[in-house]
Order: sequence, then C-alpha cells, then structure tokens
Amino acid sequence: MTDHNIKKVLLLGSGALKIGEAGEFDYSGSQALKAMKEEGITTVLINPNIATVQTSDGFADQIYFLPVTPYFVEKVISKERPDGILLAFGGQTALNCGVELQRSGVLEKYGVKVLGTPVRAIEETEDRELFVKKLDEIDVKTIKSQAVDTVDQAIEVANTLGYPVIVRAAYALGGLGSGFCDNDQQLRTLVEKALSFSPQVLVEKSLKGWKEVEYEVVRDCYDNCITVCNMENFDPLGIHTGESIVVAPSQTLSNEDYHYLRALAIKIVRHIGIVGECNVQYAFDPESMDYRVIEVNARLSRSSALASKATGYPLAFVAAKLGLGYGLMELRNSVTKDTSAFFEPALDYIVVKIPRWDLGKFHNVSREIGSSMKSVGEVMAIGRTFEEAIQKGLRMIGQGMHGFVENKNFEIKDIDHALQAPTDKRIFVIAKAMQQGYTVDRIHDLTKIDKWFLYRLQAIINTSRELEGYDTLESLPVELLRQAKQQGFSDFQVARSVLKDNMGTGEDANLLVRALRKKLGVVPVVKQIDTLAAEYPARTNYLYLTYNGSENDVQYLHDHRSIIVLGSGAYRIGSSVEFDWCSVNALLTVKEQGWRSVMINYNPETVSTDYDICDRLYFDELTFERVMDIYDLEQPHGAIVSVGGQIPNNLAMRLDQEGVNILGTSAKCIDNAEDRHKFSAMLDRLGIDQPRWRELTSLEDIEDFIDEVGYPVLVRPSYVLSGAAMNVCHNDDELKRFLRMAANVSKQHPVVVSAFIQNAKEIEMDAVAKDGEIVAYAISEHIEFAGVHSGDATIQFPAQKLYVETMRRIKKVSSHIAKALQITGPFNIQFLAKNNDIKVIECNLRASRSFPFVSKVLKINFIDLATRAMLGLDVQKPAKNAFDLDYVGIKASQFSFQRLQGADPVLGVDMTSTGEVGCIGIDSQEAILKSMLAVGQRIPKHSVLLSTGTPRQKAAMLDAAHMLHNHGYTIYATSGTCQFLNDNGIPAIRVYWPSQPDMHPQALELLHSRKIDMVVNIPKNQSSTELSNGYKIRRAAIDLNIPLLTNARLASAFIEAFCSMTLDDIEIKSWQEY
Amino acid sequence: MRKSVKAVLLLEDGTEFHGYSFGSDKSTAGEVVFNTAMTGYPESLTDPSYEGQILVTTFPLLGNYGVPPQQSQGDLSKYYEGDRIHCRAIIAQDYSWEHSHWLATRSLSDWLKEQGVAGIYGIDTRALAKHLREKGSMLGKVIIGDDKAEDIDWYDPNKENLVAKTSCTAVEEYGQGDKTVVLVDCGVKHNIVRCLSKRGVKVVRVPWDYDFTTIPYDGLFISNGPGNPDMAQATVDNLRKAMEIGKPICGICMGNQLLAKAAGATTYKLKYGHRSHNQPVQRVGTNTCFVTSQNHGFAVDGDTLPADWEPLFINMNDGTNEGIRHKSKPFFSAQFHPEASSGPKDTEFLFDEFIAML
Repeated sequence: MTDHNIKKVLLLGSGALKIGEAGEFDYSGSQALKAMKEEGITTVLINPNIATVQTSDGFADQIYFLPVTPYFVEKVISKERPDGILLAFGGQTALNCGVELQRSGVLEKYGVKVLGTPVRAIEETEDRELFVKKLDEIDVKTIKSQAVDTVDQAIEVANTLGYPVIVRAAYALGGLGSGFCDNDQQLRTLVEKALSFSPQVLVEKSLKGWKEVEYEVVRDCYDNCITVCNMENFDPLGIHTGESIVVAPSQTLSNEDYHYLRALAIKIVRHIGIVGECNVQYAFDPESMDYRVIEVNARLSRSSALASKATGYPLAFVAAKLGLGYGLMELRNSVTKDTSAFFEPALDYIVVKIPRWDLGKFHNVSREIGSSMKSVGEVMAIGRTFEEAIQKGLRMIGQGMHGFVENKNFEIKDIDHALQAPTDKRIFVIAKAMQQGYTVDRIHDLTKIDKWFLYRLQAIINTSRELEGYDTLESLPVELLRQAKQQGFSDFQVARSVLKDNMGTGEDANLLVRALRKKLGVVPVVKQIDTLAAEYPARTNYLYLTYNGSENDVQYLHDHRSIIVLGSGAYRIGSSVEFDWCSVNALLTVKEQGWRSVMINYNPETVSTDYDICDRLYFDELTFERVMDIYDLEQPHGAIVSVGGQIPNNLAMRLDQEGVNILGTSAKCIDNAEDRHKFSAMLDRLGIDQPRWRELTSLEDIEDFIDEVGYPVLVRPSYVLSGAAMNVCHNDDELKRFLRMAANVSKQHPVVVSAFIQNAKEIEMDAVAKDGEIVAYAISEHIEFAGVHSGDATIQFPAQKLYVETMRRIKKVSSHIAKALQITGPFNIQFLAKNNDIKVIECNLRASRSFPFVSKVLKINFIDLATRAMLGLDVQKPAKNAFDLDYVGIKASQFSFQRLQGADPVLGVDMTSTGEVGCIGIDSQEAILKSMLAVGQRIPKHSVLLSTGTPRQKAAMLDAAHMLHNHGYTIYATSGTCQFLNDNGIPAIRVYWPSQPDMHPQALELLHSRKIDMVVNIPKNQSSTELSNGYKIRRAAIDLNIPLLTNARLASAFIEAFCSMTLDDIEIKSWQEY
Repeated sequence: MRKSVKAVLLLEDGTEFHGYSFGSDKSTAGEVVFNTAMTGYPESLTDPSYEGQILVTTFPLLGNYGVPPQQSQGDLSKYYEGDRIHCRAIIAQDYSWEHSHWLATRSLSDWLKEQGVAGIYGIDTRALAKHLREKGSMLGKVIIGDDKAEDIDWYDPNKENLVAKTSCTAVEEYGQGDKTVVLVDCGVKHNIVRCLSKRGVKVVRVPWDYDFTTIPYDGLFISNGPGNPDMAQATVDNLRKAMEIGKPICGICMGNQLLAKAAGATTYKLKYGHRSHNQPVQRVGTNTCFVTSQNHGFAVDGDTLPADWEPLFINMNDGTNEGIRHKSKPFFSAQFHPEASSGPKDTEFLFDEFIAML
C-alpha cells in the first residue's frame, strides 16, 4: 500500500566527489529518481555536482546546483514545497543534512515527510552511544566504546581498556578522523584532530586481526527482510572496508557462520526499524563464532552500490520504492522480470573489489592504510575462481600492474614490516614474499589475512613458476595454458613468464599468445549475471567473461548492428564521474539512433555499469586483450573510444591495428595528437605557437635548454621514482632537488622540459567536430593563472574576462587543428593566453573533464552531438552560443586533504582534487559564492589569517584585503604580509610563524584556539616538499577544519564575492529556470 | 600442474561434461539435481533427502572451509544432517584443495574418499544447471578415470523406496520434557530433532512405517525425506488415523507431501525441483514473506486440496504450494525447511507455533 499523498519528492545528492563519498551516490540517486519517475512523482534534486548523470536532463524534474547544506535545502523546500524527502541516497552529506533539518524543525514546518528509514532510526545508528544502547536491548554485541569530549578523558578511557585502542569520530563519513593508537601520545594527536570535526569522539578496544564481514539488508514496512548480499574483507579488521580488498559472497564462512551473522543482521535491522536499505558490518573472530557489530549504515553506501553490481539486485531502486510504502512482494526482480523482488540473489561467480589509491600524487602523505579511508575509487572484477577475479581486478586498478605476478620488479626493504604495516601495495608485497619463499603460514602470521585467500594466491605463484619452466610458447602444454587463463593470467603475463627477456615489445608477445590460444581453442566464454544462478530463465544483458566455463550464455547475431562504447574504468584523480556522464550519454545516443548499445566498464560506482542503461553490459576489463575478446564475440559495427577518458583513448592505435572500426577521429590522428613530437611538428607546420619544450636525457642538456628559455620551467619525467610526476622549477636548486628526488634522467627515461609562462591565463576549448569542421564549441577560462592543473582550477564558462581578439584567435587555431587532425567527435584544447598571444599547451581528441559542465551550462549536449558525428549522421550546428547566455557557470574543485594525513594542501601542476561542483549564477560573483560553499568553504565570521606569498601575489590580494577590512573582519597576517598591509593602510595584527614558537601571537595557537575562521596561505613556490612554516599552517587549517585558500586569484574572487553579497542575496533557481 | 584423474558426467540424454575427480575413484550413477546455495556442502551432502542424487553446485567454488569433525552429541551428529553422506556425487566448477576454517578437521576431498563418494570439478555447472532447467532433472553417470560408462548402470532413485532406505529402523528417544512429540522418520535431518528437543519436549523418533497411533503422544511431526512421496503409503495410512485422533500434526518437506496425500490431495514431480537457500514464500492472506531453504523435487498440487484444507504458504517465484493447513484442526506443514541447515533460519518460528499447539 503506497502513500498516495506523495506527489513531489526532494532528493538530496552528495555533492562533489570526495574520498569517502564518490560516484556510488550518483548511481544510487539516479536509481531512486528512476523509481520515483516510474510512480509519476515529480522530483526535485539538490546536487551541485554538475558532472553527474543524476543532474542530467530527464532524471529529475527540477535540478538545483546548490550546496547540500541545511541553509540551501530549506530555501529549496520553501520554494518547491515537496511532500516527501529522500535522505538515504546522497551519502553521509545528505543524511547529516536531513538529520539537522529534522532537528531544527524545518521538515515539520513545511510538512515534508521523510520517506524510508525514519530520522529517529538514523540517529540511533549514527550516535554511537544510542547505537550501543539500542543493540544492548536485543543482546547483540557491539564494540564497547566510550564517548569522550576531551583529550584527557580519552587517555583515561584508553588506559582502562588497554592499548591498542581505536578512535572514531561520530557523524563522520568514511571513517574520517579515525585511527588506531598504541600509546598516549598517538592518542592525544588523533583525538585532538577528531574533536575538530565532531563534538564527540569514541575510544574503544581494538579487535585487530578479526575478520570483517558485511551484510546488505533490505526491509519493507511490513517487516519483510532480506539480505541481498554478504561480503568479506580480504584484509582483516583494522583496515577500513573502503580500503580493503573485498569479496562477495564471503569465502571463508561456513554455512553456520554465514547464517548466524545473517540472522543477526535481520534482527538488528528489524529492531532499529530501517525501511529501505542498510548495511551491517561485523568483526568476526577467526577462531570461534564470536562477533561484534562494528556499525550499521542506515542508508545506501559504497558497499550497497557494490552489492547491487555484484548481485544484479537494484538496491537503490528497490529502497526508493520501499520508501513510498511498497512491500517487497509487490515489486518484481528487475533482472528476471518474472520473479519477486523478495528474494536473495544466488551468485554463481565470485566478485572481488579492489580500491584504487592515488597516494603518489601527494607530498608528505603516508602510504600506510588503516581505519581511515584514502582510496579515491574502486574496481569490481568478476570471475569463476578467486584467482581469475583478483588478477582481473589488479589489472583494472590501472597502476601498471599485469595481475598478481609478472609485474615490474619493485624494491621492498623489509618484507616482514611491509606485510605487517599495510600500504596501498600490500597485495604485491604478498606476491614478492611468496616468490621469496615465505610460506602461507608465515604470511598469515604477519598479516592475519585468512589462509584461504593466501592459498589461492599461492596457486597463482605456482602456476607462474610452472610457466617460467618453459622457454617457448609452442612448447607450452595446452592444459597449463588453460589453467593459467582460468587463474586469470593475461596474455601478457603468459608471454612474460615464458619468453622472459626475449619478449620484445609486450604488444607483439600479446598477439603471439592470442594467436596460439585461439588456435588451441583456449578462449573465454560469456556468462550472464542473472541473480538466481540459472535457476530461472532471465533475459539479462549483464555479462562478464571467464575461462571457467564451456558455454556462452549469449547467442550472438553477428549482424554488425551494435556499437561498443569503452568506459572510463576506476575513478582516480583526473578521471571520474564526468567520463561516466560522457559514456552514459554516448550510450543513450547510440541507442536512440537505432543501434544496439554495448558498454564495457568495471567500475561499480557508475551509472554506465547499470545494466538498464545499455543493451549489453560487459562488466569486464578495458585491456586490449579483453576488448578484442569482446569484439570477436560481438562483431559490432564499431567502437567509440573518445568518451571514456584516457584509458580507451590509449587503446585506439592497437585496436585499430587489429582491424577494429574506431568510430570518429581515426586512430592515426589520435596518435598524432598524443605523440608529443608529432603534435609539436604539426603545430609548427600550421604556424601555431606553443611553449618551447624539449625531451632531454641528461642534466647537462637540461641546463643548456634552460639557458635558452630561462626559468621557470615545467619538468615532466617519463619515469617517476616517488612523489608527483611533474613540477615547476624556478631555479637551479629546485631543479636539482626535484630531479634527484623524483626523477631518474637517462637515455631510457627522458625528461620533458618546457618553458613555463608566468601570470598567463589558461583557457579551455571544448568542442565537437565533424570531418574536421567544428560543429559546437565552448571556451572557458581558469580563474587561477596557469600553473594550477586544469583539473584543480576554478573554471568559468562562458569566459567573462577574455579579449574578443583572444577568443577569435582561439577559435581560429582550434579550427586549424580540427581540420589538420580531421577530427570527428569530441576534443579539447588547452591554451595559454598572455596579452593577446595564445599558445597551445595540450590537445586531446576525446571528451574532456569539462564536457558535462559546458554541456549543462550551455544546455547543449556535446556528447550527443559528438556521438551523432561519430555515427556519421548529419549534425546541425546549434543555433545558440555562449554569448547568448545571461548567466555564468563556475566549476570549482573539491579537495580531500582532510583524509590524507600529512599531505600538503597546495595546488600545483599535478592534479590533486578528487571531485568538482558546477554552479550557475547571475554573474561571476554569485556563481563563485555558490560553488565555493558547495565545495565546503564557509564565509568567515570574524577573522582571517593572511599570508600571501610573493610581492606580486601580495599586491594581487590587496583589493581583497581592503574589502575584508571594510567589512569589519579582523585581519591577522604573517610578518611580510602584515608589513605590506600596514604600508597600504590596512590594519592587521602580526602573527608569528611556527618556527618562532616563543613569539606571540603564534599562528598555530590562534588556529587551535579557533580565533581564526579562514586562512589564506599562498605558498611562495610550489616545489618545496620539506616541512615549512607555510606547510604547518596549511596543514593545521585542514586538520582543524578551517577553510583554507592557497591561490591568490581564487582567494580574491571568493573574498570579493562574499564581501559584495550575502547568503540571502543568492537566488534559489533551478537549472531549468536559467 | 596437479595430476588429477579425469572424470565425466554423462547425462541420460547423451550430453557429456568433462572434468577432474577430487573424490572417491568409484564411478557411480544417480539423479542429477542442482542447488544454487552458496554455502552448506557438509549439511547438504549428509541430508538424507539427497539420497541417490548427484548434487551439482552452481556456486563455482567448493571446499573452501573444509569439513567439520564427525562428532556426536547424544545420538545425533553435531555438525552433520545424517550419519553419512547421502549424495552419490558432488559436482562443482572449482575445488579448493586447501581449506581454512577453525572447525575443519579435514578436506572435503578426504571426506568424500573416505565415504566412497565421487566428486568432480572443472565442470561448467552454470551450463549444466541451465541444461537441467530446460530439459528437467535427469539421470546421470559419473565415470571416473578409465572406467567404462557401459559398466555402470543407470540408477533412478525415484523408483526405489528411499524413505525406507533412509529411515531409522528402531524407535529412539531424545531430550526431556512434559510433552511428547512423535517424529516420523522418513529420512530425517538431524536438525529437525535438534530444533524439537531444544524446545523442551521429549522426541520419540519412529521408523517411517511405524504405527505411532499405538503410542501416547501430544504432537506428531512428519519429517523430510528423499524421493517420491508415493513410496511412503504406509506413513500416509498412519497419518489418516492420526488425523482422526486430532492431536497437533506438523510436517516438513516430504512431511508436507504426505500430510497433503493423507488429506486427499495429490503430488507431482517438478521439472527440476527447488534446491536453494533463497526461495521466497508468502504466507497466504498476509503480506508476510520469508526466505527459505528448500530441497525438493516433488510438490503438492494445491488445487487438489479438499475443502477443509487450505494453502498456508505459496512460492513467490513460481506459485507452487509451499505448505498447507487444516481450516479448523491443528494440522499444518511446510514444503520448505524451517530447520534450515543449510540455509536461512527465518522460519524456525514454525517449530514454536507447533510446540504452542501441544
């Protein structure tokens, strides 16, 4: 029986992607919107994340690109007057916001009903003390912890419990501020930090070494309950589940274990009164059936997205329907279509999830992983043996690994330590240990990873040893080859293990193995994910490939009427939800034009891997080998490689060589743009300017080149030892330090050095062309000067402060390039502009990160146009252009430095942001204000600390400083800045650097005592990695959750915005109303 | 590479599936059925309801957590559902040669060898399950190594009285209590005995054809069991007498079918049966649903129930009967397994409902 009074529903999104809250909520929100639409309910969505699929045409009726905060949500509620609100689909952000709205009486005031799990139940799962009490009522064991609100209390509790203890912050997403402590000192540091985020911190006894097991539970308002999936962490307790390799279903639990925990999960969920979906996490003793409930998440989560993809059960869709009052028995299984949604999926495959980290991008960050999340994305691999799934997964994470074995050698100084203190590389440390003869027992003792997993990894090692016993591919017994493939070995791994140093280029060897396999009939089969393990017929299009099978589930028509779209793989810094949006839109256009749309992707957080978005979904690898396997089976009309970011783009040449019909721009032209030398030569030919650069192989050559062009220079090593991949060097010292630390210059590892132009504007050209002629384009400008990676920069579209002349030149140059490369499809060119001179710095013949942003601001879908162009259809030039817009869009970046302990929160030439928002405003200022608030900045109340870098930057910030002063802000400033301000008639209070601890007032002291509510700290140069004064201030601001700005131009823009308008001046307008 | 002995599963329609042996080297034959459960192989293998059958597991990995010890508690096995393995063979995609579990005392392979039961891995059990789903359950031969298929006879368990084969032969008693429950053993799973006796009643377990109307009891419980319910006419006859007596009666699985037959309804063979941990059933006339563990090849024809009986549960996937009850008398039964083992325990409350009637 559903609630017929619900006619309009508000859904809260999760905002920008950040560590702990990523693409999974685009997926779950999209599903919920779909469920509402099916019921004829009007939907209103608040989500500033403009790159998401859910914020696209056709998903929600009204979309607000506004911050998901109580202030803005209340404004939208008062305007839209929804009947109901969905809180469970936007992660912790939406949940916290909903709880606040309930507490402050806003929901009651406007008569908005919370659909699904009631707020009371949410609070009982979020507040540890209430939670423990609640579960005590039904004799369910929890990890007993004590809530403290001071550091001293924490130490007292820890000494009673005995170390090690774990510290958690209440109301925090993804374990923020959590960690293990072995002594008073560690505890003191951690608790202090945690208390800055959360009024309450919990101290509890650690259960390190126990298994970690999760259940995804669904309950309807009739008290019907199912567990859709259980999952087991490969890594034992102590590593956050988001940081752990996870398998589904559990592999080391007996039937009794499995159902004991399952029954408990149901008991808990009933007692708490969840309506919808929820996740129960356990610590489980490996030596008995003792357990503790770790936590219950009363909302859709990363785990639930994974469980949906792992089982085919659309958890978010069903949860949304249950929120409307449906019973599970009233809903259908959307895979089989004929069976009930009240059932528990039976898997006939195994799923392995592996996190993707990008820790190498950050300065000073620890590589160790633990109870707090650091990973930025994840992959899901499907196989019919554990070996097959994990090897697939290790390739999918895209860190240059070929699987568990046959990887490039890497140094580990102390294997025992590396096993005990896990880092992002631990799985490869296990491989190394096994190769060096460590037994399963010894590795188990050091890692506490269940021996079953280790035995299976050992089996991979054993097979690789056997392969290594052969020297030619022809001598390989077919049974061994088949076994290797069944254990997930790629053709490359087989080639490397057999041919060793004689394999030439890996690409040729791959082809040799491929040919041999096909001759011997060792080919993969396609299996369906049907939720019922073949018990009932299902017309499911959700597929994967395996070597553990003898029969295809799919009958191929081979009518060349399908088009394969290659997806974007794991979310990582530099490639995330924006490419999912591009992929989804390409699929939709392909389908609309009468072709069968086929997707290949393996990221469980995406909408493109939702099986109802395309005609066929291959949840599998985006490697040359696997794409060719699928191409052979599918025999499509062609493949689209330009909407999934760099991974598919990189495959273009090799696929083309094997006869794959690459739709759109030819592979040769893609290569001409990708290859630095070819591209540069082309620009010279066309008379297009570019910063001077050279590829160099010795320090002397580098110095000679710098003598020609002068400092600063941008240095890009081709082989990175550690730390960030590129850097700007301003003098000899910096150059040498960087080359010594990060790069290894040699004939094999050349370094690209280019002239770095200071104080230049950076401009993006996003465009679509057909047969070399531009059809649609969007020119945006960066707020920051060049030197901040385009993925970190704040981008304004339409460009507001460019000379008409500059715009005209950009258009002209772009047209020349489009013609020269005969572009058909999407492309992006980045320019530097100084005065009216423009230089090309990069060109990608694929969709760029900003495609969804410009498409949505302009309200012209660039991917739709690009896809039509690639399909060879006539593409009309859109009638309107950027000059017609009477509003402005700002795309701002979201950083996750709070998660990355120790990382220096500065912006540089390498990208560090994890997500972005895009907000629309009537002018730049309004758009800036909205977007900065949406990425977590706050308008300061009383005081600001300024420390504004070089004289030039100090001058650039002078106007902003005046404004702060005129608005009554107290300005604190470090010595040079203070002097400069005073000289210019702005009163400022001098504060002392951390290196002058005896002088007062001390910057760090002021931060700790919360006397400062915004920090502007402009680093003098961007190459220093040592601990410096500036670093300490920046880091303290991050750790104490005080807004921090590190770029003078952005800081000025933000300050000007909040000084010239107030929150109340911000218009509450939906996207559709602009 | 492991030097495993080759093994073949030959189906009666001539289809062959090739794999490798990890169990006994004795070739065998039986009825091939598939189960989609993801855990519970020690329980399933010892479940008497699988007597004479070749069990195909669609979950591809088998043997991960080894096998718990053969340990008795009273006259019951502590971890198993019967005294021995009742399946004739077990077939999976991938066998885990190494196992890991604190309770395990040996590997599945060793146990199968000890019990003389065949095991095959390396078979696409999804393809096999689809084949059985489309063609229906069929007979099969498991040929190990160089054995010849023609030397092994087909074996159809449904033509044999398997209830008689798996039932106890003498009366046995379990537990203490004021009330006495007679448990008719048609091939009872040990967990049914455990579920009853732990509720504080005395359980008197009697052979399938024992005339229990001659002994005093407060309630009657008809167990699960293997094969065709038509073979257990003796039990049906005794049940009719018990229905005259009017004391509470409860049945599980085969017990559901026998109670239905005693009431006057008929049973039939399903195309490929229900064998899994995820069968959804709905209590008729309510919005209450349960996930149940099932293992049956025959079902009650709900349309043939006499007027004073009604369906109690129905299967939400295919609408088949999942339980019956008398409209006025304390008689009810379930086609699924409230005792689980293996599988979900969500319906164990049915034992409480039964005990409350006594």
